[in-house]
Order: sequence, then C-alpha cells, then structure tokens
Amino acid sequence: MKITGDKNRLLQMLLLGAAVGFMITGWINGELQMVLEKSVNICLECIGIG
Amino acid sequence: MDKRKFVQALFAFATNAHVQGFWKGTIYRGKLKNICVPGLNCYSCPGALGSCPIGAMQAVEGGTKYGISMYVLGFLVFVGLLAGRFVCGWLCPFGLIQELIYKIPMKKVKVPKGVNAVFKWVKYFILVIFVIALPILTADSFGISTPYFCKYICPAGTLEGGIPLLTMNKPLRMAIGFLFSWKMFLLIFVVVTSVLIFRPFCRYLCPLGAFYSLFNPISFYRYEIDRAKCTGCGKCSRICKMDIEVYKNPNSLECIRCGECKKGCPVGAISSTGKPRKNHS
Repeated sequence: MKITGDKNRLLQMLLLGAAVGFMITGWINGELQMVLEKSVNICLECIGIG
Repeated sequence: MDKRKFVQALFAFATNAHVQGFWKGTIYRGKLKNICVPGLNCYSCPGALGSCPIGAMQAVEGGTKYGISMYVLGFLVFVGLLAGRFVCGWLCPFGLIQELIYKIPMKKVKVPKGVNAVFKWVKYFILVIFVIALPILTADSFGISTPYFCKYICPAGTLEGGIPLLTMNKPLRMAIGFLFSWKMFLLIFVVVTSVLIFRPFCRYLCPLGAFYSLFNPISFYRYEIDRAKCTGCGKCSRICKMDIEVYKNPNSLECIRCGECKKGCPVGAISSTGKPRKNHS
C-alpha cells in the first residue's frame, strides 16, 4: 500500500482515535472483567485438555 | 548478546515473572491479567502476568455486546498502529523461542518462493476463521464459545501452559486425551521446523502476526529506503531471514523489524523512523 505522508498521518490519527475509542468502549462494557475471569482460571482448551 | 535478544529475553521474563507458578503448578490470578500483553503468551502459562490478546479475543467474543471484543480489538489496533510487527521481532516470547531453536547447528532450509507465496496466507485464514468467525458463530445462548485457535492449533499454549502445568499437576494429567496428543504433535512439528526454517510459526501460522502485519505499511514505526544511497545490490534481501526483498518493499507484511537488513546494508540506505512518509517507500 503506498500512501503519501499527509494521508498516512491522517489515517494513523483516525485509527489511533478509533483504537482508543474501542478500548474505552470495551472497558465501559465490562470486557476487562470478562478477560480477567477467563484468564485467572486454567484454560483447559489452551493446555490441550479441552 | 545483541540488543534485540536482550530486549526479547527481558520482555519474556517481565511478562512471565510469576515464577512460583512453575514449581507450584498454579497460574497467576491477580488483577494484572485483565491487561493484554502484546505478544503471543498463553495466559495459562504458570508465569504469565497478563493475558494473551488472541486468547482474550476468543474468550470474550461470544459474550460481548458487539460479538467482538472492543477492548482487545482496540488494544491490537493501538499496538499495531504504533509498531506493526515490531512486536513479533522484539517482544513476543514465542518468537524468541523459535529463534533460539533456530540456532541449533543444522543445515537450514530455504523455503521456495512459490511455496512461501502461498503458505504465508494461511495465517490470515487462521485469524479470520479460527480466531474471529468460529467463536462468534458458535457462541451459545450464555455467550460462551470455544477458543478454536487456542484449543486446536496454538503451540505456545501447549509449551508454555500445558507442559509445565501437567508436569506439576497430577489431577490434570489424569484428564489427558487425544486433544493433548494432537497439540503435542503440532508443537513438535513447530519445534522441528524451527530448527530448519527461521520462525516458521510466525511466517505461516500466527494469527497475531497476521493482524499486526496489516499495520506494517502504515504504522508509526517503519523502515525507509534512502533511494539516493541505495544501489540495489540486494544484500538486504540476502540477509533477510523472512525472505523479503527489502530494498523493494521495506514495509512488507512479513517484516518482523529484526533490523538485520539495516545492520547489513553496505551504504546505510535503510533506516527506521516514526515520522510521516516523505515519498513512496
């Protein structure tokens, strides 16, 4: 993908804003708690037990 | 030890510093685990202090308001935008493991261009189908779904989580079945191919690398070629262990930002930058 400097910077800023917005939205929706609840228990699927 | 290896080792230790988990056969259960780490690091690794973003993505997909985890997606976009596949080359513990295995002195295999051109797309298939589509489409009415990539493919989970936990935990060992045999087969396959080929999992199978790669052409941190200096000698391409024609495409989707091309360029035409692009490169 070839994008000129100004357009590249604009795209970067838009994506940065979107990324921060997504993370805040996820935090408000309680997704951090969902991640925590999953990760503090041994993931039997991950270790190959299923 | 070169700077990159040092950073890789330091980050691998920092994100897996719960060392007592290894001899107790337990995992860290603290609040830090609601934070994702940037690399592929199974959260069932006894040492893991943070969550694997790929595991976290699959774990919460079915149960979220939008079907996909906004928090994890935002995290991945944020990291990808800042650094692209720099994470792969400098911060991923499983990438480090493959590189250490590659150091075993044995004849190395050069992957034919045609084979590489086809198989490099497999990781995108794994990302779309195993990480995103299947967990969303098969979530039950409680929002619970299977982490398909973690369950059926991920060798990092087997190596970092399965082997240490099963070694120290007799009750878990009693539950071993066909799935563990399959995952061990995949792990052994990745280990063996890592002796012969540089980072085969990163090149062909890793969904996290696949996602970050999309940002290589547009990330803040990227490579530039000084066209005034570049003579087109091709030394950068010969040095590149990911088989990239660096002087033609310094921000290739396959580039893990190891920096070997920069070090090896005889005229210093390759540099890294965080500034906006001045011309097409």
